[in-house]
Amino acid sequence: MSQHTERNFIPTPSDRHARARAAVQAGAVLVASGINKTVSSGSAELVILREIDFAVTRGEAVAIVGASGSGKSTLLSILAGLDTPTQGEVWLAGESLFTLSEDARAQLRGRRMGFVFQSFQLLPALTALENVMLPLELAGRADAREAATQLLQRVGLRERLHHQPRHLSGGEQQRVALARAFVMQPQLVLADEPTGSLDARAGAEIIDLMFEMNAQQQTTLVLVTHDPVLAQRCQRVLRLQAGEWVNVPAEG
Amino acid sequence: MNTLRLSLRLLWRDWRGGELRVLAMALILAVASVSSVAFFADRIRQALSREAHQLLGADLVLSADQAWTVDESTAIQARGLRVANAMQFVSMAQTAASAVQPARSLLVGIKAVSASYPLRGQLRVAPRLGAMDAAVANPIQRGEVWLDERASVALGLKVGDPLQLGALRLHVAAVLTQEPDRGMNFFNIAPRVMMHIDDVPATTLIRPGSRVTYQLFAAGERTDVDAYAAWKAPLLQRGQRIETLDNARPEIRSALDRAQRFLGLAALLAAVLAAVAIALSVRQYTARHLDACAVMRCLGATQSRLLALHATALTLLGLLACSIGLLLGFFAQMAIAYGLSQWVSAVLPAPSVMPAFQGLSIGMVLLLGFSLPPLMQLKGVPALRVMRREVGQLPVSALHAWVLGALVLVGLLFWQAGDARLGAVVVGGFIFAALLFFGAALLGLRVFSSAVSARVLTALLVPLSVPAVSVRYALNQLRRHLRANAVQLACLALALMAMLLLTTTRTDLLTAWRAAAPPDAPNRFLIGIQPEQRAPLQALFSAAQLPVPELAPMVRGRLIAINARPVSEADYVDERAKRLVEREFNLSYQTALPVGNRITAGQWYAPEHAAKGIAPEHAAKAEASVEAGLARTLGLKLGDRLTYSVAGVPVDVEITSLRTLRWESMRVNFFVLTPPWVLQQQPASYITSFRLAPTQASFAEQLVARFPNMTVVDLDASLRQVQVLFEQLAAAVQAVFGFALIAGLLVLYAALNASEASRRHQTAILRALGASAAQVRSTQRIEFLVMGLLAGVLAACGAACISALLAWRVFEIEPPWTPWIWFAGPLIGVLLFSLNAQLSIRSVLRASPALVLRGES
Repeated sequence: MSQHTERNFIPTPSDRHARARAAVQAGAVLVASGINKTVSSGSAELVILREIDFAVTRGEAVAIVGASGSGKSTLLSILAGLDTPTQGEVWLAGESLFTLSEDARAQLRGRRMGFVFQSFQLLPALTALENVMLPLELAGRADAREAATQLLQRVGLRERLHHQPRHLSGGEQQRVALARAFVMQPQLVLADEPTGSLDARAGAEIIDLMFEMNAQQQTTLVLVTHDPVLAQRCQRVLRLQAGEWVNVPAEG
Repeated sequence: MNTLRLSLRLLWRDWRGGELRVLAMALILAVASVSSVAFFADRIRQALSREAHQLLGADLVLSADQAWTVDESTAIQARGLRVANAMQFVSMAQTAASAVQPARSLLVGIKAVSASYPLRGQLRVAPRLGAMDAAVANPIQRGEVWLDERASVALGLKVGDPLQLGALRLHVAAVLTQEPDRGMNFFNIAPRVMMHIDDVPATTLIRPGSRVTYQLFAAGERTDVDAYAAWKAPLLQRGQRIETLDNARPEIRSALDRAQRFLGLAALLAAVLAAVAIALSVRQYTARHLDACAVMRCLGATQSRLLALHATALTLLGLLACSIGLLLGFFAQMAIAYGLSQWVSAVLPAPSVMPAFQGLSIGMVLLLGFSLPPLMQLKGVPALRVMRREVGQLPVSALHAWVLGALVLVGLLFWQAGDARLGAVVVGGFIFAALLFFGAALLGLRVFSSAVSARVLTALLVPLSVPAVSVRYALNQLRRHLRANAVQLACLALALMAMLLLTTTRTDLLTAWRAAAPPDAPNRFLIGIQPEQRAPLQALFSAAQLPVPELAPMVRGRLIAINARPVSEADYVDERAKRLVEREFNLSYQTALPVGNRITAGQWYAPEHAAKGIAPEHAAKAEASVEAGLARTLGLKLGDRLTYSVAGVPVDVEITSLRTLRWESMRVNFFVLTPPWVLQQQPASYITSFRLAPTQASFAEQLVARFPNMTVVDLDASLRQVQVLFEQLAAAVQAVFGFALIAGLLVLYAALNASEASRRHQTAILRALGASAAQVRSTQRIEFLVMGLLAGVLAACGAACISALLAWRVFEIEPPWTPWIWFAGPLIGVLLFSLNAQLSIRSVLRASPALVLRGES
């Protein structure tokens, strides 16, 4: 892997566009091109992300690491289409995210993406089973119950189907979240610090499970983490520092 | 999967989580209270009108001074109504001379009826004087007369004796003891003789110019009767009129009016309280669903999908809750109606569907009015919130979210009040109070959390072993969430105010009613007392050891001019006004304002004129005090000059005061009163009312035997009806009061519930920083103490003002004197807050600070 950084090599917009186009055509699941994110804080412009390009191929697992405030969570939000970049474009499964309306992006997320969050984001009023059923129900799947039950069994929660999140341990809650992320058999799963709220043992279990499902379903995995153990399990590790890549991302 | 099914699932899951309970309860209460009142009012109105119709002898009576044509009866029958005919006139009745006694004659009121009379109520007859009476099995036959007690006694007749009426000789067949429509116009009653209408021509008593009242009775389905009345009313000609319950029985009508206003008010307050609870719980629902919606956006739900799902879920909840509320309202009303059935022996008419519709629509409209704006916010929640919690928070006081609901509420209140003035007083009062309370709460919280008050509170509380840090932190909390706290405080104060208001007005009203119709209210009227009979009459009372009644003079006069302009019934559209102008008034003169009368405008005339014996020509002016309702009907105001024709002589009076009086008091009441000197010289008879216990009933016979020219009117039945009616209304009032009270408690619960999450969070921080459970407890207690105290004081102020206003403007009763609310308000406020504090502190302290701070609890 080359050591020179993109800081020294600034591609022209047309260069960048051509490369991204090529990556999309080559079947990359996720392609980001020239992502900039600035927010105005009072009179000052705060740069969160600067000229981010990268592409992820099908089945790949990529870790994005970096210190707090390096912009990795913002990048993940933009890749998910939850946040919009100030400049730049993201293609998910060949579809350009930011030419779509917010609602269309939501539908695309529903079809193609799964999410795992540091704080789990399970709905507290719903049981484990219902939490996993929710994306299936929203998609109008008649077999929601069966599919969700099956996946919860896969993550080892056969006995916890009807427990509400507050009656589950952190590790168990994250397993429910994993099941929810994978139940739609998405092409891409985005994870934000999936082990961040867990102790080492529970974290290790989650990591194992996640990679197991990633392998089984041929799902592409992009995760943001502090956890070196987790990062090492990925095929690629990308380091963000002050909103820029530190090492050159290898082209998919 | 379709939206409906998923909505149902979401609804079920929310319900299971307990998030919808307050909302559902609020809806159920709103609908139950509104519909029970509506159901009950509907049925009591029907029951009462049926009862009153019995006293009319029909559902509707057409009266005229000319005979009704056969076409008229046919037209009534064509509408599916039953018809009866009657003629009433006054004539001489004569007994045949016999060996033992000479012929006697008596002026009697003859009522000639057709076989189908009466259509409502019953006639009762006895086989002889003093015997048990029974309902009439067969209608009166041709050739028969039935005499009432007075006629029998005066004429000395018994069953089987002959009686001469004009050219016709009839025989007495029974003693008439009860006539349903008797007492409608008791100032003109002569002893009664009832006969068959087909016998009238043979008497040859009816000649051109004879004063005869021709009556057509009609009865049937309510809708048919109403339709006929509506059709007939504009076709009435001179001398013809329709009598229905609406223009009869003023004493019952006024009681009922007032009761219905109160019930309307109570239901209205329950609805307001429920609406506040709905608004609060919808807001909480929205806040709690923000995260869920963000997650669902993440999972691919579109905005329109989210809106559809939640709107459907809430609508389903609304329909369910409203149906339950309706059922509850129906059963509550049935329970009340059960009591009612004890005095209305007939089956109560079933309530119409209108109240159900009213209750349902109020619930749904309130729900949607208060929930649509927050739902619009909910659907717009950015999915980014799953990554960054601070994104997409609900604005603290989303005023626009309340505007639609508030407008809806105001509209409903006016509709429910059914009386613009009541609606305006209540709505205006509440809006004003809400704004005022918010301002006062802001100010109060600022004052309480100021440095000065902190020092005072610390000085006061620290000796009671309250940690100083708790005082400081509690006040800091109050200051920091000033606006949110003020909103909550204002809500609580409103709820408390409504509860206090209901308690006071209820007490006022019940007391006023009891005072108006006490159990020892007079039950007999005695009329036609001649001036020279006053002393012997009073002596008779003394001899019977009965309290000697006061006699009121009565002068009959016809209103001929107002402000020197001749009046005629053609000047008035209103039926009652026409009748008043057409008839003779019963005028009276009195020195002092009669008991139960209240001056509403102007001044009661100075009694000195009479007391000092100032002669008419030296007195400033001939004053008159007029009953306010009459003044309204005839369009009279202070300063108007009325000219009465008394015994053919015009008498001028100027209106110097307007009075309200209590028809339900059963006392002798007069529409027009003057100082004694104005009418003293005019021919007068006297009238009085007195009470006879059932065991003393024979005294009435003695009276009539001694003074045959007098008439005793027995008001017992009517009085009993009024008293039972009041008791029933009181029961209804209590029931509705109960609903409103529960609604008020629900508001308190919802308001405190709404702030629990933030309290939990703050407590967790305190705990994490090492605060002891005792410190946390006393911090919350101080916060709640201040809030409860402020809310209670504000509520007491508001309740005192509004109840005074209501008493004065709406119920027309004396403003209440209720010092207790100044203690009760703050006390209840503090108690309720403390209770809630106790409950919430326990759960707050139980929650692990770590979990709370991670946002997982």
